[in-house]
Amino acid sequence: MSELSVHKSSGKSKGFIKWLKSSKGQRATVVVTFMFIPLVLLFVFTYLPFGKMVEFSFFNMKYIGKREFVGLRNYIDVFQRDDCFKALKLSFYYMGASFVQLALALYFATLLSFKVKGGGLFKGMLFFPYLICGIAVGFIFKFFYTRGFVLDSLLGFLGFDLEKLPYWLKDMRINNISLAAASVWRYMGQNMVLFIGAIMSVDSEMYEAAALDGANYWQKFRYIILPSIKTIVVLNLILSITGSLSAFEPPYVITGGNFGTGTYFVIMDRIAHQNMKVGLASAMAVILLIIILFATLLQKMFFRYVFNDGNEDSSKKIAKKMAKEAK
Amino acid sequence: MKKLQYTILILIKYASLLFGSFLSIIPVVVCAITAFKTEEEYSRTNVMTLPENWGYIGNFKIAWEKANMGKAFINSLIIMIVVLAGAIMIGTMLAYVLNRFQFRGNRLIRNLFLVATLLPGIAMQVTVYQIMYSLNLINTMVGYMILMMGTDVISIYIFLQFFENIPVSLDESAIIDGASYFGVFFKILLPLLKPAIITVAILKGVSTYNEYYMANLYLQSKDKLVTVATSLYKFTGPMGNQYNYICAGVIITLLPALIVFIICQKQIYSGLTQGAVKG
Repeated sequence: MSELSVHKSSGKSKGFIKWLKSSKGQRATVVVTFMFIPLVLLFVFTYLPFGKMVEFSFFNMKYIGKREFVGLRNYIDVFQRDDCFKALKLSFYYMGASFVQLALALYFATLLSFKVKGGGLFKGMLFFPYLICGIAVGFIFKFFYTRGFVLDSLLGFLGFDLEKLPYWLKDMRINNISLAAASVWRYMGQNMVLFIGAIMSVDSEMYEAAALDGANYWQKFRYIILPSIKTIVVLNLILSITGSLSAFEPPYVITGGNFGTGTYFVIMDRIAHQNMKVGLASAMAVILLIIILFATLLQKMFFRYVFNDGNEDSSKKIAKKMAKEAK
Repeated sequence: MKKLQYTILILIKYASLLFGSFLSIIPVVVCAITAFKTEEEYSRTNVMTLPENWGYIGNFKIAWEKANMGKAFINSLIIMIVVLAGAIMIGTMLAYVLNRFQFRGNRLIRNLFLVATLLPGIAMQVTVYQIMYSLNLINTMVGYMILMMGTDVISIYIFLQFFENIPVSLDESAIIDGASYFGVFFKILLPLLKPAIITVAILKGVSTYNEYYMANLYLQSKDKLVTVATSLYKFTGPMGNQYNYICAGVIITLLPALIVFIICQKQIYSGLTQGAVKG
């Protein structure tokens, strides 16, 4: 390292540039060797499967054996079968849940960004569900929702009549809400940690200045916290909408998609890996991918339109608004 | 008046935090309670009643044997070591090239990785399965490990961000000293990347440890190729109602994650935040 520092001063000399030109070959070698493996992996496990998916969607086929070209038959089937496209309506449950989830995350993140006794402990407890293995989550919630077990006992303490409580995972009127709640339980903490990170990146002088001006909690939230974490909230909003279209884990691990809880991807997984109708499953995947890409694009445009004013310089705006409020 | 308002706000704050945390941990806590109950006690008492003897570990023994967890932990350990080493090498090398070298296609490659995050993994497995099949990689640890290495964009972003904060002059002066690009990368930059590597190792480690969907799909012979996550599948079917065993199994599998979480809380939080900013 000592040698290094000696030469640092002469680093920008002409010799270096000359040497650089002669070493073009070496640069190319590094670029190619270092990128070869990642690019092969990206191609083989992402873009090749994507291409194959489009191809397969036009065939009637299994993983093994002969295949038969059927044109658009699979696509028509996706829309005509009762279990395929209609499963997308379950997404509304998960969309609703993700709004609740983001609101809760924002609420707890705001509380925990200020001084709280035992803040680290609260944060840890709210976040930990995110680190539990999906299968374990499945068992935990099967247990949690079983008749007469955890949830029923808790509600019993509160004075609810056990006889009048529904079967949380079997009753078709409520089971999708139970599953969506499990999803909120699992992912709220992760959103919260992201929001806390964003709130912490705000200059603490802003809060001090606000306190001097006599701003209350709501004003601090509305004019300092919210503008500073707008980007990440919007990002999570976008992710939650596309995420609810592709909801998979809660029904897959808790009910296995039975009792009318099979979301689009759970059905697709069943059609592909149990019924071996690879063509139909591919068509389902392609259709949802198109919807997701389209939704992402639309949302980006929408939010750009809504938020196009003062992205960068929000601090000045806040100062102005605070001044106005103070008057 | 103002003081009263303030007290009420404080009250609401702590009440909601307590309530939220309670809901967060109660499903797991009840599971832990049940894991310590004997068969007879489990069928006799309400799930919320505390066990009579916290020293009873019979359920853990049975769960450990039934789910073949000894084997599962060994397999998971091997998978984690190989996948972490591979993913870190791949991620740092790619980030080095993308950050330090300007060449045609640099932007395109960044975008290819970015778009890949938009494609939901579950949907891709329909055809990845076929590719794995034709490569003879189904039911092999190697195949599963390669798959796990190749599908991580978040760590690449964490490394890319970190490289941006390492001055290029460091590379340049080393090269004047006669070091090759390989030397610069392995001897100078890689050691400097240590904090980022630790962050990625923790995040990727937890997600690899918990991964169950692809493990279930590609490691089908469950007696030999069981992982900690898929070992829990043993409890579906005939054993589906014996929650005293199941809960013991669940607690065993989440214990390592809990320990890592307690030790590395800060890194996990900051890693998550770093990975999300650019996403």
